[in-house]
Amino acid sequence: MAAATSSGTAVLTLPTDTQILIAREFAARKHLVYKAYTTPELIKRWWTAKRGAMTVCDVDLRVGGKWRWVMVTEEGFEVAFHGEYRELVPNERIVHTEVFEGVPSDDDEGVLNTVTFTEADGRTTVTMLTEAHSREVRDTIIESGMEEGLQDALDLLEEVAVSLS
Amino acid sequence: MARAATTADAFNAVAEPRRRQILDVLAGGERPVNDLVRLLGLAQPQVSKHLRVLREVGLVEARDEGRQRMYRLNGQPLKPIHDWVKNYEQLWTERFEALDELLQELKDKEAGDGGSDE
Repeated sequence: MAAATSSGTAVLTLPTDTQILIAREFAARKHLVYKAYTTPELIKRWWTAKRGAMTVCDVDLRVGGKWRWVMVTEEGFEVAFHGEYRELVPNERIVHTEVFEGVPSDDDEGVLNTVTFTEADGRTTVTMLTEAHSREVRDTIIESGMEEGLQDALDLLEEVAVSLS
Repeated sequence: MARAATTADAFNAVAEPRRRQILDVLAGGERPVNDLVRLLGLAQPQVSKHLRVLREVGLVEARDEGRQRMYRLNGQPLKPIHDWVKNYEQLWTERFEALDELLQELKDKEAGDGGSDE
C-alpha cells in the first residue's frame, strides 16, 4: 500500500434527519474514480472492503438501468443491494436508488444516493449523500438509531469516548 | 444493527435536545440539580423529568451528598450508538482504502499506456 495514496478516513456527517453524508479525498483524477465506481470488475475490488467476495455485480449503466450487488461475507452471510440509476453524468455524478434486500419493506425504492466526483490538483473528492425519502424508510433508519440530532450525540460522544476506551 | 423498538434505551434518551444538554454539562463533571436548572434555564420539574429518563437508561447516576443529590454521567450506554455509527463509518473507510489501492493501479496502468490522459 503506497502511503502517498492514502487520503485519510471517510468523514461521516448527518446533515438532516433523513440524510447521511460521507466525504473522502482520493489521490487520483476523477475519471479513474468514476471508472472504479461503475465498472463491475473494478467494483468487485473495493466494495466488499475485503470482508468477503462479490457473487453478483450487475451494472446496467444508463438512466433507468438496474444494478444489483451481492456479497457473501467471510462468515457466510449474504448481503444484497439493488437499485436503479436515475442520473448519470460521466466522471461527475451518479444518482441511484438503493434497496437493502435484508429488510422486508413495502417501499421498493429504498434510499436515494447522490455520488459526486470533484477534481482539484489531480485529486478527487467523492461525496456520497444518502437520502431516505419516505416515511417508512426513514423510520427504518430511526430503528437503527439514526434519530434526530444523532450528530449532536456524536459530538458529545467525541467528548466522552475517551472514558469508554 | 437491528434493535428492539423500545423507548427505554440510550438511543431514545439522547434523541431529546435538552437531555443532550444535560449530558453535555455532566460531561464536565458531577453537578447538583440546582446547577442544571440554572445552566439550562429550565424549571426544576422539567430537569428532574429528563434526569429520570437518563437515569432509567443508565446514562446518569445519582448519589446523595449531605442534603444535595449529585448527578454524574455514565458514558457506557452510549457505546452501542457509537459502535453502530463507527461500524458504518469503518465499512466505508475500509472500502475507500481498497479503492485507494485500486486507483493507484489504474494510475500506474494509465501511465504505462503512455500517459494518454495528459
